[in-house]
Amino acid sequence: MNAYEKVKCTREAGRATAKDYIDAMFDGFVEFHGDRRFGDDPALIGGVATLDGKPVTVLGIEKGRDVSEHVARNFGCVSPEGYRKALRLMKQAEKFSRPVVCIVDTQGANCGIGAEERGEGAAIAENLYEMMDLHTPVLTLMVGEGSSGGALALAVADEIWMLENAYFTVVSPEACASILYKDSARAPEAAEHLKLAAQDLIEMGIIERVIAEPRDFTDPAQCKAYMEKLRDEVAGKLHALRGKKMNTLLSDRYEKYRKIGRCAPEGAMPAPKKH
Amino acid sequence: MSDMKHKELPDYLGSTLTVKCEKCKEELSERELAEHGFICPRCGGYNRMPARMRLAMLCDEDTFREMNECVESENLISFPDYDEKLAAAKAKSGERDGVVCGTARICGNPVCLFVMESKFMMGSMGTVVGDKIAALFEYAAKHSLPVVGYTVSGGARMQEGMLSLWQMAKVSGAVKKHSNAGNFYLVCCTDPTTGGVTASYAMLGDVIIAEPGALVGFAGKRVIEQVTGVKLPASFQSAEFQLGNGFLDDIVPREEQRGYIGHLLAIHRK
Ligand SMILES: [Zn+2]
Repeated sequence: MNAYEKVKCTREAGRATAKDYIDAMFDGFVEFHGDRRFGDDPALIGGVATLDGKPVTVLGIEKGRDVSEHVARNFGCVSPEGYRKALRLMKQAEKFSRPVVCIVDTQGANCGIGAEERGEGAAIAENLYEMMDLHTPVLTLMVGEGSSGGALALAVADEIWMLENAYFTVVSPEACASILYKDSARAPEAAEHLKLAAQDLIEMGIIERVIAEPRDFTDPAQCKAYMEKLRDEVAGKLHALRGKKMNTLLSDRYEKYRKIGRCAPEGAMPAPKKH
Repeated sequence: MSDMKHKELPDYLGSTLTVKCEKCKEELSERELAEHGFICPRCGGYNRMPARMRLAMLCDEDTFREMNECVESENLISFPDYDEKLAAAKAKSGERDGVVCGTARICGNPVCLFVMESKFMMGSMGTVVGDKIAALFEYAAKHSLPVVGYTVSGGARMQEGMLSLWQMAKVSGAVKKHSNAGNFYLVCCTDPTTGGVTASYAMLGDVIIAEPGALVGFAGKRVIEQVTGVKLPASFQSAEFQLGNGFLDDIVPREEQRGYIGHLLAIHRK
Protein backbone atom coordinates (compact mmCIF):
# COMPACT_ATOMS: atom_id res chain seq x y z
CA MET A 1 0.00 0.00 0.00
CA ASN A 2 1.18 3.53 -0.69
CA ALA A 3 0.95 6.26 1.95
CA TYR A 4 -2.49 7.52 0.98
CA GLU A 5 -3.94 4.03 0.71
CA LYS A 6 -2.86 3.53 4.30
CA VAL A 7 -4.52 6.80 5.32
CA LYS A 8 -7.76 5.67 3.67
CA CYS A 9 -7.49 2.26 5.26
CA THR A 10 -7.46 3.83 8.75
CA ARG A 11 -10.81 5.44 7.95
CA GLU A 12 -12.55 2.24 6.87
CA ALA A 13 -15.44 0.83 8.85
CA GLY A 14 -14.73 -2.44 10.60
CA ARG A 15 -11.28 -1.44 11.78
CA ALA A 16 -10.80 -1.78 15.54
CA THR A 17 -11.33 1.51 17.37
CA ALA A 18 -10.06 2.51 20.82
CA LYS A 19 -13.04 0.93 22.55
CA ASP A 20 -12.32 -2.44 20.90
CA TYR A 21 -8.77 -2.34 22.27
CA ILE A 22 -10.00 -1.42 25.73
CA ASP A 23 -12.53 -4.28 25.70
CA ALA A 24 -10.13 -6.87 24.29
CA MET A 25 -6.87 -6.09 26.07
CA PHE A 26 -7.86 -4.91 29.53
CA ASP A 27 -9.86 -6.43 32.38
CA GLY A 28 -12.34 -4.73 34.69
CA PHE A 29 -12.35 -1.39 32.89
CA VAL A 30 -14.16 1.34 34.80
CA GLU A 31 -14.83 4.48 32.80
CA PHE A 32 -14.44 7.88 34.46
CA HIS A 33 -16.12 10.93 33.02
CA GLY A 34 -15.49 14.64 32.99
CA ASP A 35 -12.71 17.15 33.33
CA ARG A 36 -14.12 18.64 36.58
CA ARG A 37 -13.88 22.01 34.86
CA PHE A 38 -16.51 22.25 32.17
CA GLY A 39 -17.88 18.97 30.88
CA ASP A 40 -17.37 15.47 29.61
CA ASP A 41 -15.99 14.84 26.14
CA PRO A 42 -17.34 11.63 24.56
CA ALA A 43 -14.47 11.64 22.04
CA LEU A 44 -12.06 10.78 24.86
CA ILE A 45 -12.62 7.62 26.89
CA GLY A 46 -10.68 7.30 30.12
CA GLY A 47 -10.61 5.08 33.14
CA VAL A 48 -8.83 2.37 35.09
CA ALA A 49 -8.45 -1.32 34.42
CA THR A 50 -6.01 -4.14 34.94
CA LEU A 51 -3.63 -5.48 32.37
CA ASP A 52 -2.17 -8.86 33.12
CA GLY A 53 -3.43 -8.39 36.69
CA LYS A 54 -1.75 -5.00 37.23
CA PRO A 55 -3.58 -1.65 37.49
CA VAL A 56 -3.29 0.77 34.58
CA THR A 57 -4.93 4.01 33.50
CA VAL A 58 -6.29 3.77 29.97
CA LEU A 59 -7.07 6.72 27.71
CA GLY A 60 -8.48 6.32 24.23
CA ILE A 61 -9.64 8.63 21.47
CA GLU A 62 -12.80 6.99 20.19
CA LYS A 63 -14.37 7.93 16.87
CA GLY A 64 -17.21 5.41 16.96
CA ARG A 65 -18.05 2.47 14.73
CA ASP A 66 -21.10 3.64 12.80
CA VAL A 67 -22.72 6.90 11.81
CA SER A 68 -24.68 7.45 15.01
CA GLU A 69 -21.60 6.67 17.09
CA HIS A 70 -19.46 8.94 14.90
CA VAL A 71 -21.81 11.80 15.63
CA ALA A 72 -22.06 10.99 19.34
CA ARG A 73 -18.25 10.86 19.60
CA ASN A 74 -17.68 13.93 17.40
CA PHE A 75 -15.74 11.72 14.94
CA GLY A 76 -12.93 11.34 17.44
CA CYS A 77 -12.11 15.05 17.40
CA VAL A 78 -11.24 15.86 21.00
CA SER A 79 -12.30 19.12 22.66
CA PRO A 80 -10.39 20.98 25.39
CA GLU A 81 -12.39 19.18 28.09
CA GLY A 82 -11.32 15.83 26.60
CA TYR A 83 -7.64 16.72 26.85
CA ARG A 84 -8.25 18.07 30.36
CA LYS A 85 -10.03 14.85 31.36
CA ALA A 86 -7.05 12.93 29.99
CA LEU A 87 -4.64 15.06 32.01
CA ARG A 88 -6.73 14.68 35.17
CA LEU A 89 -6.59 10.90 34.81
CA MET A 90 -2.88 10.94 34.02
CA LYS A 91 -2.16 12.92 37.19
CA GLN A 92 -4.29 10.36 39.05
CA ALA A 93 -2.20 7.57 37.51
CA GLU A 94 0.92 9.35 38.73
CA LYS A 95 -0.54 9.62 42.24
CA PHE A 96 -1.32 5.91 42.40
CA SER A 97 1.88 4.86 40.62
CA ARG A 98 0.17 3.04 37.77
CA PRO A 99 1.28 3.33 34.17
CA VAL A 100 -0.74 5.03 31.43
CA VAL A 101 -1.69 3.50 28.09
CA CYS A 102 -2.93 5.96 25.47
CA ILE A 103 -4.78 4.75 22.38
CA VAL A 104 -4.76 7.38 19.64
CA ASP A 105 -7.09 7.44 16.64
CA THR A 106 -7.99 10.96 15.54
CA GLN A 107 -8.19 13.05 12.40
CA GLY A 108 -7.31 16.03 14.61
CA ALA A 109 -8.47 18.10 17.56
CA ASN A 110 -11.99 19.48 17.50
CA CYS A 111 -12.13 22.38 15.09
CA GLY A 112 -15.00 24.49 16.41
CA ILE A 113 -16.13 27.69 18.03
CA GLY A 114 -16.59 26.32 21.56
CA ALA A 115 -13.25 24.51 21.39
CA GLU A 116 -11.51 27.80 20.62
CA GLU A 117 -13.44 29.65 23.32
CA ARG A 118 -12.38 27.08 25.88
CA GLY A 119 -8.74 27.03 24.84
CA GLU A 120 -8.01 24.06 22.56
CA GLY A 121 -4.44 25.31 22.10
CA ALA A 122 -3.90 25.83 25.82
CA ALA A 123 -5.31 22.37 26.63
CA ILE A 124 -3.00 20.61 24.18
CA ALA A 125 -0.02 22.67 25.36
CA GLU A 126 -0.67 21.73 28.96
CA ASN A 127 -0.78 18.03 28.12
CA LEU A 128 2.56 18.19 26.29
CA TYR A 129 4.07 20.09 29.21
CA GLU A 130 2.76 17.80 31.95
CA MET A 131 3.25 14.51 30.11
CA MET A 132 6.94 15.22 29.62
CA ASP A 133 7.29 15.25 33.39
CA LEU A 134 4.65 12.68 34.38
CA HIS A 135 6.20 10.49 37.06
CA THR A 136 4.87 7.19 35.75
CA PRO A 137 5.41 5.17 32.57
CA VAL A 138 3.42 6.18 29.47
CA LEU A 139 2.95 4.00 26.39
CA THR A 140 1.08 5.31 23.35
CA LEU A 141 -0.50 3.08 20.71
CA MET A 142 -1.27 4.78 17.39
CA VAL A 143 -3.97 2.50 16.05
CA GLY A 144 -5.39 4.46 13.11
CA GLU A 145 -5.47 8.15 12.37
CA GLY A 146 -3.02 10.50 14.04
CA SER A 147 -3.27 14.04 12.82
CA SER A 148 -1.53 17.07 14.22
CA GLY A 149 -1.41 18.48 17.74
CA GLY A 150 -4.64 16.71 18.62
CA ALA A 151 -2.86 13.36 18.34
CA LEU A 152 0.44 14.57 19.83
CA ALA A 153 -1.46 15.64 22.97
CA LEU A 154 -1.60 11.95 23.94
CA ALA A 155 1.73 11.00 22.42
CA VAL A 156 4.35 12.36 24.78
CA ALA A 157 5.30 8.90 25.93
CA ASP A 158 8.19 6.66 26.85
CA GLU A 159 7.43 4.64 23.74
CA ILE A 160 5.10 5.07 20.78
CA TRP A 161 3.95 1.97 18.94
CA MET A 162 2.17 2.20 15.64
CA LEU A 163 0.07 -0.19 13.63
CA GLU A 164 1.59 -0.90 10.25
CA ASN A 165 -1.14 1.02 8.42
CA ALA A 166 -1.65 3.80 10.96
CA TYR A 167 -0.44 7.29 10.18
CA PHE A 168 0.95 10.13 12.32
CA THR A 169 1.32 13.51 10.70
CA VAL A 170 1.84 17.21 11.29
CA VAL A 171 -1.12 18.02 9.04
CA SER A 172 -3.70 15.87 7.29
CA PRO A 173 -2.72 15.10 3.69
CA GLU A 174 -5.92 16.75 2.48
CA ALA A 175 -5.19 20.00 4.34
CA CYS A 176 -1.56 19.89 3.22
CA ALA A 177 -2.63 19.49 -0.42
CA SER A 178 -5.16 22.29 -0.19
CA ILE A 179 -2.57 24.64 1.33
CA LEU A 180 0.31 23.75 -0.98
CA TYR A 181 -1.49 22.97 -4.23
CA LYS A 182 -4.85 24.68 -3.56
CA ASP A 183 -6.28 21.27 -4.42
CA SER A 184 -7.22 18.72 -1.77
CA ALA A 185 -7.56 16.08 -4.51
CA ARG A 186 -3.75 15.98 -4.54
CA ALA A 187 -3.77 14.48 -1.02
CA PRO A 188 -2.12 11.23 -2.24
CA GLU A 189 0.95 13.20 -3.31
CA ALA A 190 1.02 15.15 -0.06
CA ALA A 191 0.70 11.93 1.96
CA GLU A 192 3.79 10.56 0.24
CA HIS A 193 5.85 13.71 0.91
CA LEU A 194 4.78 14.09 4.55
CA LYS A 195 6.43 10.77 5.54
CA LEU A 196 3.53 9.89 7.79
CA ALA A 197 3.65 6.09 7.63
CA ALA A 198 4.89 3.87 10.47
CA GLN A 199 7.87 2.67 8.43
CA ASP A 200 9.03 6.26 7.79
CA LEU A 201 8.57 7.24 11.43
CA ILE A 202 10.51 4.34 12.89
CA GLU A 203 13.43 5.31 10.64
CA MET A 204 13.25 8.88 11.95
CA GLY A 205 13.23 7.66 15.56
CA ILE A 206 9.75 9.10 16.21
CA ILE A 207 8.27 5.71 17.10
CA GLU A 208 9.73 2.59 18.68
CA ARG A 209 7.75 -0.24 17.15
CA VAL A 210 5.63 -1.15 14.14
CA ILE A 211 2.82 -3.58 14.99
CA ALA A 212 1.65 -6.10 12.40
CA GLU A 213 -2.10 -5.85 11.77
CA PRO A 214 -4.53 -8.73 11.30
CA ARG A 215 -5.38 -9.13 7.64
CA ASP A 216 -9.05 -8.77 8.51
CA PHE A 217 -10.15 -6.90 11.64
CA THR A 218 -13.69 -8.20 11.23
CA ASP A 219 -12.62 -11.83 11.50
CA PRO A 220 -13.15 -12.68 15.21
CA ALA A 221 -10.46 -15.36 15.37
CA GLN A 222 -7.79 -13.21 13.69
CA CYS A 223 -8.73 -10.20 15.79
CA LYS A 224 -8.66 -12.19 19.05
CA ALA A 225 -5.20 -13.58 18.34
CA TYR A 226 -3.95 -10.11 17.39
CA MET A 227 -5.35 -8.49 20.54
CA GLU A 228 -3.92 -11.19 22.81
CA LYS A 229 -0.47 -10.87 21.31
CA LEU A 230 -0.59 -7.08 21.59
CA ARG A 231 -1.82 -7.31 25.19
CA ASP A 232 1.15 -9.51 26.11
CA GLU A 233 3.61 -7.18 24.41
CA VAL A 234 2.14 -4.10 26.10
CA ALA A 235 2.18 -5.85 29.48
CA GLY A 236 5.81 -6.83 28.91
CA LYS A 237 6.80 -3.28 27.98
CA LEU A 238 4.99 -1.75 30.98
CA HIS A 239 6.78 -4.22 33.22
CA ALA A 240 10.13 -3.15 31.77
CA LEU A 241 9.28 0.56 32.11
CA ARG A 242 8.16 0.05 35.72
CA GLY A 243 11.58 -1.43 36.42
CA LYS A 244 13.36 1.79 35.44
CA LYS A 245 14.47 4.31 38.06
CA MET A 246 12.13 7.33 37.92
CA ASN A 247 14.95 9.77 37.09
CA THR A 248 16.11 7.55 34.27
CA LEU A 249 12.59 7.11 32.93
CA LEU A 250 12.04 10.88 32.85
CA SER A 251 15.43 11.83 31.44
CA ASP A 252 15.12 9.16 28.75
CA ARG A 253 11.67 10.49 27.82
CA TYR A 254 12.96 14.07 27.66
CA GLU A 255 15.95 13.04 25.57
CA LYS A 256 13.81 11.03 23.16
CA TYR A 257 12.03 14.28 22.21
CA ARG A 258 15.07 16.50 22.62
CA LYS A 259 17.44 14.65 20.35
CA ILE A 260 15.30 14.52 17.18
CA GLY A 261 16.09 17.47 14.94
CA ARG A 262 18.88 18.62 17.24
CA CYS A 263 20.78 21.38 15.50
CA ALA A 264 21.35 24.32 17.90
CA PRO A 265 24.54 23.62 19.88
CA GLU A 266 24.92 26.83 21.84
CA GLY A 267 23.32 26.86 25.27
CA ALA A 268 21.88 23.38 24.88
CA MET A 269 22.45 20.82 27.61
CA PRO A 270 24.85 18.16 26.37
CA ALA A 271 23.13 14.85 25.63
CA PRO A 272 23.30 12.63 28.73
CA LYS A 273 25.55 9.60 28.76
CA LYS A 274 23.97 6.26 27.87
CA HIS A 275 22.75 4.39 30.89
CA MET B 1 28.24 32.86 23.55
CA SER B 2 28.78 34.83 20.40
CA ASP B 3 30.85 38.00 20.56
CA MET B 4 28.77 39.46 17.78
CA LYS B 5 26.81 42.53 18.75
CA HIS B 6 23.51 43.32 17.07
CA LYS B 7 23.54 41.89 13.65
CA GLU B 8 23.43 44.95 11.42
CA LEU B 9 19.80 46.13 11.61
CA PRO B 10 18.09 46.11 8.25
CA ASP B 11 17.99 49.77 7.38
CA TYR B 12 14.28 50.34 7.95
CA LEU B 13 14.90 53.86 9.19
CA GLY B 14 16.78 54.80 6.03
CA SER B 15 14.45 52.82 3.78
CA THR B 16 13.18 54.46 0.64
CA LEU B 17 10.60 51.70 0.01
CA THR B 18 6.91 52.32 -0.12
CA VAL B 19 4.81 49.72 1.71
CA LYS B 20 1.13 49.16 2.38
CA CYS B 21 -0.25 49.25 5.91
CA GLU B 22 -1.38 45.71 6.73
CA LYS B 23 -4.54 47.08 8.32
CA CYS B 24 -5.83 50.10 6.36
CA LYS B 25 -3.94 49.21 3.14
CA GLU B 26 -2.84 52.82 2.72
CA GLU B 27 0.55 53.34 1.12
CA LEU B 28 3.26 54.88 3.25
CA SER B 29 7.02 54.85 3.39
CA GLU B 30 8.65 52.00 5.24
CA ARG B 31 10.78 54.57 7.04
CA GLU B 32 7.69 56.29 8.42
CA LEU B 33 6.23 52.97 9.56
CA ALA B 34 9.52 51.99 11.24
CA GLU B 35 9.76 55.35 13.00
CA HIS B 36 6.37 54.64 14.54
CA GLY B 37 7.37 51.17 15.76
CA PHE B 38 5.44 49.57 12.90
CA ILE B 39 2.17 51.08 14.15
CA CYS B 40 0.44 52.81 11.26
CA PRO B 41 0.45 56.61 11.76
CA ARG B 42 -2.74 56.83 9.68
CA CYS B 43 -5.01 54.21 11.25
CA GLY B 44 -3.13 53.16 14.40
CA GLY B 45 -3.15 49.53 13.20
CA TYR B 46 -0.39 47.21 14.38
CA ASN B 47 1.80 46.00 11.54
CA ARG B 48 4.08 43.01 11.96
CA MET B 49 7.39 44.03 13.40
CA PRO B 50 10.67 42.48 12.25
CA ALA B 51 12.36 40.43 14.99
CA ARG B 52 15.44 42.63 15.16
CA MET B 53 13.37 45.79 15.46
CA ARG B 54 11.63 44.21 18.45
CA LEU B 55 14.96 43.40 20.02
CA ALA B 56 16.06 46.99 19.51
CA MET B 57 12.79 48.15 21.11
CA LEU B 58 13.02 45.78 24.10
CA CYS B 59 16.66 45.44 25.04
CA ASP B 60 18.93 47.85 26.86
CA GLU B 61 21.31 49.33 24.33
CA ASP B 62 24.15 47.09 23.21
CA THR B 63 23.20 44.23 25.55
CA PHE B 64 21.80 41.67 23.10
CA ARG B 65 24.11 38.74 22.38
CA GLU B 66 22.75 36.29 19.85
CA MET B 67 22.89 32.50 20.28
CA ASN B 68 22.85 29.88 17.56
CA GLU B 69 22.61 32.54 14.88
CA CYS B 70 24.33 30.33 12.29
CA VAL B 71 21.95 27.38 12.46
CA GLU B 72 20.03 26.81 9.24
CA SER B 73 17.21 24.50 8.20
CA GLU B 74 17.87 21.54 5.98
CA ASN B 75 15.39 19.73 3.82
CA LEU B 76 15.35 16.78 6.19
CA ILE B 77 12.56 14.76 4.59
CA SER B 78 13.30 15.84 1.00
CA PHE B 79 10.03 17.73 0.72
CA PRO B 80 9.50 19.09 -2.82
CA ASP B 81 10.25 22.81 -3.31
CA TYR B 82 11.30 23.26 0.33
CA ASP B 83 14.88 24.26 -0.56
CA GLU B 84 13.55 27.00 -2.82
CA LYS B 85 11.12 28.17 -0.14
CA LEU B 86 13.93 28.37 2.42
CA ALA B 87 16.11 30.37 0.05
CA ALA B 88 13.25 32.79 -0.67
CA ALA B 89 12.47 33.16 3.05
CA LYS B 90 16.12 33.95 3.81
CA ALA B 91 16.21 36.59 1.12
CA LYS B 92 12.92 38.14 2.25
CA SER B 93 13.67 38.20 5.98
CA GLY B 94 17.45 38.58 6.12
CA GLU B 95 17.36 35.78 8.74
CA ARG B 96 18.58 32.20 8.57
CA ASP B 97 15.32 30.86 10.04
CA GLY B 98 12.15 31.88 11.87
CA VAL B 99 13.47 32.82 15.30
CA VAL B 100 16.22 34.98 16.82
CA CYS B 101 17.49 33.88 20.26
CA GLY B 102 19.96 35.33 22.72
CA THR B 103 20.64 37.01 26.03
CA ALA B 104 20.20 40.65 26.92
CA ARG B 105 19.11 43.05 29.64
CA ILE B 106 15.71 44.69 29.81
CA CYS B 107 15.59 47.72 32.15
CA GLY B 108 18.74 46.34 33.74
CA ASN B 109 17.37 42.81 34.25
CA PRO B 110 19.25 39.89 32.69
CA VAL B 111 17.05 37.79 30.43
CA CYS B 112 17.03 35.13 27.72
CA LEU B 113 14.99 36.15 24.70
CA PHE B 114 13.43 34.55 21.68
CA VAL B 115 11.67 36.57 19.02
CA MET B 116 10.00 34.88 16.06
CA GLU B 117 10.20 36.42 12.59
CA SER B 118 7.03 36.63 10.51
CA LYS B 119 8.93 37.27 7.28
CA PHE B 120 10.45 33.79 7.46
CA MET B 121 7.67 31.50 6.18
CA MET B 122 5.18 33.28 8.47
CA GLY B 123 7.12 32.18 11.55
CA SER B 124 6.39 28.54 10.87
CA MET B 125 7.99 26.19 13.38
CA GLY B 126 10.41 23.61 12.07
CA THR B 127 13.34 21.88 13.73
CA VAL B 128 15.55 24.99 13.78
CA VAL B 129 12.91 27.13 15.48
CA GLY B 130 12.08 24.36 17.96
CA ASP B 131 15.65 23.40 18.71
CA LYS B 132 16.89 26.98 19.14
CA ILE B 133 14.06 27.77 21.57
CA ALA B 134 14.58 24.50 23.49
CA ALA B 135 18.31 25.27 23.74
CA LEU B 136 17.47 28.76 25.01
CA PHE B 137 15.24 27.37 27.79
CA GLU B 138 17.95 24.88 28.76
CA TYR B 139 20.53 27.66 28.87
CA ALA B 140 18.15 29.78 30.94
CA ALA B 141 17.48 26.88 33.34
CA LYS B 142 21.20 26.23 33.74
CA HIS B 143 21.92 29.88 34.54
CA SER B 144 18.69 30.58 36.50
CA LEU B 145 17.57 33.22 34.02
CA PRO B 146 14.05 34.23 33.03
CA VAL B 147 12.84 33.81 29.45
CA VAL B 148 10.89 36.39 27.48
CA GLY B 149 9.45 35.22 24.17
CA TYR B 150 7.59 36.83 21.28
CA THR B 151 5.52 34.52 19.13
CA VAL B 152 4.27 35.01 15.60
CA SER B 153 3.45 31.87 13.68
CA GLY B 154 1.19 30.19 11.20
CA GLY B 155 1.90 26.92 13.02
CA ALA B 156 4.12 23.91 12.49
CA ARG B 157 6.15 23.85 9.26
CA MET B 158 4.56 21.09 7.22
CA GLN B 159 7.58 20.75 4.92
CA GLU B 160 9.36 19.04 7.81
CA GLY B 161 6.57 16.55 8.48
CA MET B 162 6.52 14.92 11.91
CA LEU B 163 9.88 16.47 12.75
CA SER B 164 8.14 19.83 13.05
CA LEU B 165 5.17 18.50 15.07
CA TRP B 166 7.75 16.95 17.40
CA GLN B 167 9.12 20.42 18.26
CA MET B 168 5.90 21.21 20.11
CA ALA B 169 6.63 18.44 22.59
CA LYS B 170 10.34 19.21 22.69
CA VAL B 171 9.92 22.89 23.51
CA SER B 172 7.08 22.20 26.00
CA GLY B 173 9.43 19.79 27.78
CA ALA B 174 12.19 22.39 27.92
CA VAL B 175 9.73 25.00 29.27
CA LYS B 176 8.71 22.51 31.97
CA LYS B 177 12.33 21.89 32.94
CA HIS B 178 12.94 25.64 33.17
CA SER B 179 9.75 26.12 35.21
CA ASN B 180 10.46 23.24 37.61
CA ALA B 181 13.65 25.05 38.60
CA GLY B 182 11.61 28.10 39.65
CA ASN B 183 12.40 30.30 36.67
CA PHE B 184 10.10 32.92 35.16
CA TYR B 185 8.74 32.80 31.60
CA LEU B 186 6.76 35.60 29.96
CA VAL B 187 5.39 35.22 26.46
CA CYS B 188 3.86 37.89 24.25
CA CYS B 189 1.59 36.66 21.44
CA THR B 190 1.71 38.87 18.37
CA ASP B 191 -0.33 38.75 15.20
CA PRO B 192 -0.83 35.94 14.23
CA THR B 193 -0.07 33.25 16.81
CA THR B 194 -1.78 30.05 15.72
CA GLY B 195 -1.61 26.27 15.36
CA GLY B 196 1.26 24.33 16.90
CA VAL B 197 2.84 27.38 18.52
CA THR B 198 -0.42 28.25 20.31
CA ALA B 199 -0.74 24.57 21.28
CA SER B 200 2.68 24.62 22.93
CA TYR B 201 4.98 27.37 24.18
CA ALA B 202 2.72 30.36 23.43
CA MET B 203 0.26 29.09 26.07
CA LEU B 204 2.81 27.96 28.69
CA GLY B 205 4.05 31.26 30.12
CA ASP B 206 3.79 32.16 33.78
CA VAL B 207 2.56 35.39 32.26
CA ILE B 208 0.93 35.43 28.82
CA ILE B 209 0.25 38.77 27.16
CA ALA B 210 -0.70 39.78 23.63
CA GLU B 211 -0.59 42.86 21.45
CA PRO B 212 -3.89 44.70 20.83
CA GLY B 213 -5.88 43.15 18.00
CA ALA B 214 -3.49 40.21 17.50
CA LEU B 215 -5.01 36.99 16.18
CA VAL B 216 -4.40 34.26 18.75
CA GLY B 217 -5.96 30.84 18.25
CA PHE B 218 -5.45 27.19 17.48
CA ALA B 219 -7.52 26.16 14.45
CA GLY B 220 -7.65 28.40 11.41
CA LYS B 221 -10.67 30.70 11.35
CA ARG B 222 -11.54 29.85 7.75
CA VAL B 223 -11.34 26.14 8.52
CA ILE B 224 -13.73 26.58 11.45
CA GLU B 225 -16.10 28.53 9.19
CA GLN B 226 -16.00 25.69 6.66
CA VAL B 227 -16.55 22.99 9.27
CA THR B 228 -19.33 24.77 11.19
CA GLY B 229 -20.92 26.77 8.37
CA VAL B 230 -20.94 29.79 10.67
CA LYS B 231 -19.58 33.16 9.57
CA LEU B 232 -17.32 34.27 12.40
CA PRO B 233 -16.99 37.89 13.53
CA ALA B 234 -13.72 39.80 13.18
CA SER B 235 -13.33 39.63 16.96
CA PHE B 236 -13.15 35.80 16.92
CA GLN B 237 -9.70 34.65 18.11
CA SER B 238 -8.60 38.23 18.72
CA ALA B 239 -6.42 39.07 21.70
CA GLU B 240 -9.50 40.67 23.25
CA PHE B 241 -11.45 37.40 22.75
CA GLN B 242 -8.65 35.44 24.44
CA LEU B 243 -8.50 37.92 27.32
CA GLY B 244 -12.27 37.61 27.78
CA ASN B 245 -12.07 33.82 27.75
CA GLY B 246 -9.36 33.80 30.39
CA PHE B 247 -6.32 32.78 28.38
CA LEU B 248 -4.30 35.99 28.63
CA ASP B 249 -3.04 37.91 31.63
CA ASP B 250 -3.37 41.17 29.74
CA ILE B 251 -3.15 43.03 26.46
CA VAL B 252 -0.20 45.39 26.45
CA PRO B 253 0.32 48.12 23.81
CA ARG B 254 3.61 47.93 21.99
CA GLU B 255 5.02 51.15 23.40
CA GLU B 256 4.37 49.95 26.99
CA GLN B 257 5.83 46.45 26.60
CA ARG B 258 9.41 47.23 27.53
CA GLY B 259 8.38 48.89 30.79
CA TYR B 260 5.79 46.20 31.58
CA ILE B 261 8.26 43.37 30.99
CA GLY B 262 11.07 45.16 32.81
CA HIS B 263 8.81 45.60 35.85
CA LEU B 264 7.81 41.92 35.93
CA LEU B 265 11.41 40.81 35.44
CA ALA B 266 12.39 42.94 38.44
CA ILE B 267 9.60 41.38 40.56
CA HIS B 268 10.78 37.87 39.63
CA ARG B 269 14.49 38.59 39.85
CA LYS B 270 16.39 35.96 41.79
ZN1 LIG C 1 -2.98 51.81 8.57
